[in-house]
Amino acid sequence: MSQQPIDRQEYNITAYTENQVGLLNRIAIIFSRRKINIESLNVSPSEIEGIHRFNIVIHETEEVVAKLAGQIEKQVEVLKVYYNTNDDVIWQEMALYKVPTDIIAEKALVERLLRENGARAVVIRKDYTVFETTGHREETDNLIKVLQPFGLIEFVRSARIAIIKGSEGFNRKLREFERTEPSPEVAENEYLNSRDKVFTM
Amino acid sequence: MLTKEQPSPTLLEQAPKTISGAEATLLALLEEGVDTIFGYPGGAIIPIYDALYDFKEQLNHVLVRHEQGGIHAAQGYARSSGRVGVVFATSGPGATNLVTGLADAQIDSTPLVCITGQVFAHLLGTDAFQETDIINITTPVTKWNYQVTDASEIPEALAKAFYIARSGRPGPVLIDITKNAQQQKFEFPGYTPCSHIRSYRPKPIVRPEYITQAAALINQAQRPFVLWGQGVILGAAEKEFQAFIEKSGIPSAWTILGDSAIPNDHPLNVGMLGMHGNYGPNVLTNECDVLIAIGMRFDDRVTGRLDKYAKQAQIIHLDIDPTEIGKNVAVTVPVWGDCKETLPLLTELVEAKTHDEWLGRFRDYLAQEVEAVIQEELFPTSEELTMGEIVQQLNELTGGEAIIVTDVGQHQMVACRYANFKKTRSNITSGGLGTMGFALPAAIGAKFGAPERPVVAIIGDGGFQMTIQELGTIMQTGVDVKIMIFNNQFLGMVRQWQELFNDRRYSFVNIASPDYVMVASGYGIAGQRVSERVDLRPAIQRMLEHPGSFLLEVMVTKENNIFPMVPQGCSVAEIRLR
Repeated sequence: MSQQPIDRQEYNITAYTENQVGLLNRIAIIFSRRKINIESLNVSPSEIEGIHRFNIVIHETEEVVAKLAGQIEKQVEVLKVYYNTNDDVIWQEMALYKVPTDIIAEKALVERLLRENGARAVVIRKDYTVFETTGHREETDNLIKVLQPFGLIEFVRSARIAIIKGSEGFNRKLREFERTEPSPEVAENEYLNSRDKVFTM
Repeated sequence: MLTKEQPSPTLLEQAPKTISGAEATLLALLEEGVDTIFGYPGGAIIPIYDALYDFKEQLNHVLVRHEQGGIHAAQGYARSSGRVGVVFATSGPGATNLVTGLADAQIDSTPLVCITGQVFAHLLGTDAFQETDIINITTPVTKWNYQVTDASEIPEALAKAFYIARSGRPGPVLIDITKNAQQQKFEFPGYTPCSHIRSYRPKPIVRPEYITQAAALINQAQRPFVLWGQGVILGAAEKEFQAFIEKSGIPSAWTILGDSAIPNDHPLNVGMLGMHGNYGPNVLTNECDVLIAIGMRFDDRVTGRLDKYAKQAQIIHLDIDPTEIGKNVAVTVPVWGDCKETLPLLTELVEAKTHDEWLGRFRDYLAQEVEAVIQEELFPTSEELTMGEIVQQLNELTGGEAIIVTDVGQHQMVACRYANFKKTRSNITSGGLGTMGFALPAAIGAKFGAPERPVVAIIGDGGFQMTIQELGTIMQTGVDVKIMIFNNQFLGMVRQWQELFNDRRYSFVNIASPDYVMVASGYGIAGQRVSERVDLRPAIQRMLEHPGSFLLEVMVTKENNIFPMVPQGCSVAEIRLR
């Protein structure tokens, strides 16, 4: 195995797209073709009706992420792609834990642990109870460790959703996209714009 | 006086017509100005073929012998004419046979609209007879694709298909139409061509600051060098390109897909880039101070080893596709835009100059290359025929007026190196994908796309046998294509690599041939085989003067190598002359 470059880190890719059958595949193969694993993928509605929002998490260098973002944005049905480090976004993941009810009921310790980890009971049945937590990866991971000794039956975690701290949303941009003659702003390319700094004479 | 019984004729025309999806498909093609379709019928596309029966006068359908032949023919048509090539194929195997051509068109940016039949919508996903998931199969090799399951979607889907295929960086589009949608009657609202999709930006508004920066860099350059690719031809910017290099006086070299954009004998045209390109352009890439790349994508066959590629140079990259800028080579000034728009802006700002001394260096290297390689290749002293001398004779006899369509391998490199073109869109070859079997069907399509021009296909004995069945298409349509087989009885390029890099271990590169002249004669195509120098020129003359198609097989020396060569993993400066 080759050594991984140290400047790899988690990036959050946010893509605003049309709602089109087959687009998920078109986006997924941009990663799989380069043998890049998608750590997390979430597709949801956005702030605008009819526009979908992809949240994709990968562990890569910025150079690779920028190229991938360009390739995604090049797809006909993709409006706009952003990529951000974890510092630039507010992000959450949700997790569900199924544990035997009798153990929970018997041991006061468990109740305290759940409370400390911000878990909330979603379903309580005679045989099992389902708890839910929302948070960063470390937080949801931590509760697995906590519950493991008490007979954790099932665990599942959702994909990551992320809000970009610096974003003003997509409403105004979309209006520009809908114009037959787009304004320069829409025709700009963020990856090329940063070239201003590169050019020296 | 109008009565109910006699409605106004104009009102009749305006009233929505009820037509089938199949008819709507053909009406869309007519509205898009399509005149030629390359196709092959089958069960799932019968309704469209049935409708075609009534459109025989307006739409010329060329029945090919294999769907791969159909799509390569459409590529040849698109490349020679600059228009969108159209293909029909049925579901299942008909559709999967298009995949190689789609991949070829995708990597070589060829505008195509492929229409495939599909099983009834209610059978999708049931492994129905001749069902294949062609949308997912072709997603990586199409610019866009879409499955139509209801006839009412057809006009808009086809309008988008043509718009996407030809705008921006062109590419292939596939529209898969289920059989029920072809049969279904619907109220045809009329056809509206597409000119805007909100999520798709084919080209940007040009940013003047980058033009200014690029011009400043060019104006202070001592040894500027232009590399151009197919973008110049796809953007129909040949004149703008020529004006730019003539004012700035910059020596210019081409990628094989850019060849013929300006005449090969233009004084600033210094030749071919890449693995088997000319000596000077390769060596001097690593000596120029400003490199101006226009409509090319720094393919690995052009750059050789990237970390030793033009490291000393400031790089200006003009391209319509922003993802190509900075993809392989770090760029100093990106000029994102249509070169038809950016080149005139740049020409305006560059100073009129000549670079005689610098240009002289290209000539010096050429002189060395002539002595070491070209002289013996074009005017051999050996007994056996060389590929180069055939191309040289062809140049003299066609006067550079012909379209030359090549396949893939040694003959392709020889043809690209030595063909002398006078007109744009003359060099048609499979560049990025390197598809053997491309040339014969592409030449057929090229002739339909440019019927007024002579078309010569140059093919190796390997590639010819891959799509040999398209001789049937020539027979049936009577299309006039001159076929030249350069027969060295080897899969020559692989043999060359085995000789140079695998100790002459010739592993499965000996390939036997049938009697090609006899095969051609079976298809009613005249032919001749030559192996002596004295017969070569008269045979080419005969081929060119023959009314209709002609096959000329030329037996060439078996173990010739193509030089110069940048061995894989070497820098362009390490190009070998022998």
